[in-house]
Amino acid sequence: MADYGPMVLRVCRAVVGPGEAEDAWSETFLAALKAYPRLDQGANVEAWLVTIAHRKAIDAVRAAARRPLAVESLPERPGGAGRPQDWDGDLWAALAALPPKQRAVVAYHYLAGLPYAEVAAITGGTADAARRAAADGIKTLRATYLARTREGDGR
Amino acid sequence: MMATMEPEARRLFGTLPVQDEQTTARLHARLAAAADREGILDVAYRTVDTPLGTLLLAATKQGLVRIAYPSQGHDAALAQLAELVSPRILRAPGRLDGVTRQLDEYFARRRRAFDLPLDLRLARGFRRGVLAHLLDIPYGITESYAQVAAATGSPRAVRAVGTACATNPVPIVVPCHRVVRSDGSFGGYAGGPDAKLALLTLEAA
Repeated sequence: MADYGPMVLRVCRAVVGPGEAEDAWSETFLAALKAYPRLDQGANVEAWLVTIAHRKAIDAVRAAARRPLAVESLPERPGGAGRPQDWDGDLWAALAALPPKQRAVVAYHYLAGLPYAEVAAITGGTADAARRAAADGIKTLRATYLARTREGDGR
Repeated sequence: MMATMEPEARRLFGTLPVQDEQTTARLHARLAAAADREGILDVAYRTVDTPLGTLLLAATKQGLVRIAYPSQGHDAALAQLAELVSPRILRAPGRLDGVTRQLDEYFARRRRAFDLPLDLRLARGFRRGVLAHLLDIPYGITESYAQVAAATGSPRAVRAVGTACATNPVPIVVPCHRVVRSDGSFGGYAGGPDAKLALLTLEAA
């Protein structure tokens, strides 16, 4: 199960943002650890973990909505742990600007590697709808993120 | 996993590292602590460097359940624990601090007996009885397979004693290396003949 840690972290960062991702990751794996003995032997562990992460993300978004102030900047990390420079802030900002459904399908398909049928089983709707939402999401990201990085790099 | 990614998406996400080891390690430690607090960390494990190579140590809540030599395959040992004990296994060094310290002392010749809670559930029946006897063989002393067989009440079960030693889930701490052939040669060992020789040499000094 630990093999999936980095994948779930990328998904959490994409869906709830870098600030909340670590809590979402911890809650996902703690819930998974509790439920693991009940998981079918042949089950797709990746899809199962992403399903749990999806529920945790919904919880996190609801909790954030109840909070009076939106946090604009990333919370400081103690001891310089993590390597934020590897985690392009602009990309997360661009992902955060997507509608939630698009952000979720982009993350589950492109960052978790799940096929659209599995993505649709998690987010609801059909595989085709998930594919279209992901395509729309990628189109928007191309416009917002890639355009910005090209300017920034002068390329 | 992302082999099917279109070029455009690859340009978008290609800069993200597949692994973020520091963060992942920190999160794993935090998860292990939380799981332990909630009582769902069934097996904690860590690795430790010793003169005999990197050993895998694993403990349940009851005690030390497994020590695996590199030649036995750490992944295979973890897979066996997942199957026979519980799939709730995490790298969580804290639970193994005592084991690690006592092993360090043993290899530094500052310890002659281990004082650790053991969980011998991976050995059953006759083999379990053999392991119980092995714990009574003192540091620096050897017995033959035949002597161990006699001591466990089955003098004809010499070969089964060999199997019990070969499948000892916690070598070193349960000292199967102290069992040798009647002709004085060392016999086999879970960690390989060199490891057995090294342990007997260490204890003979």
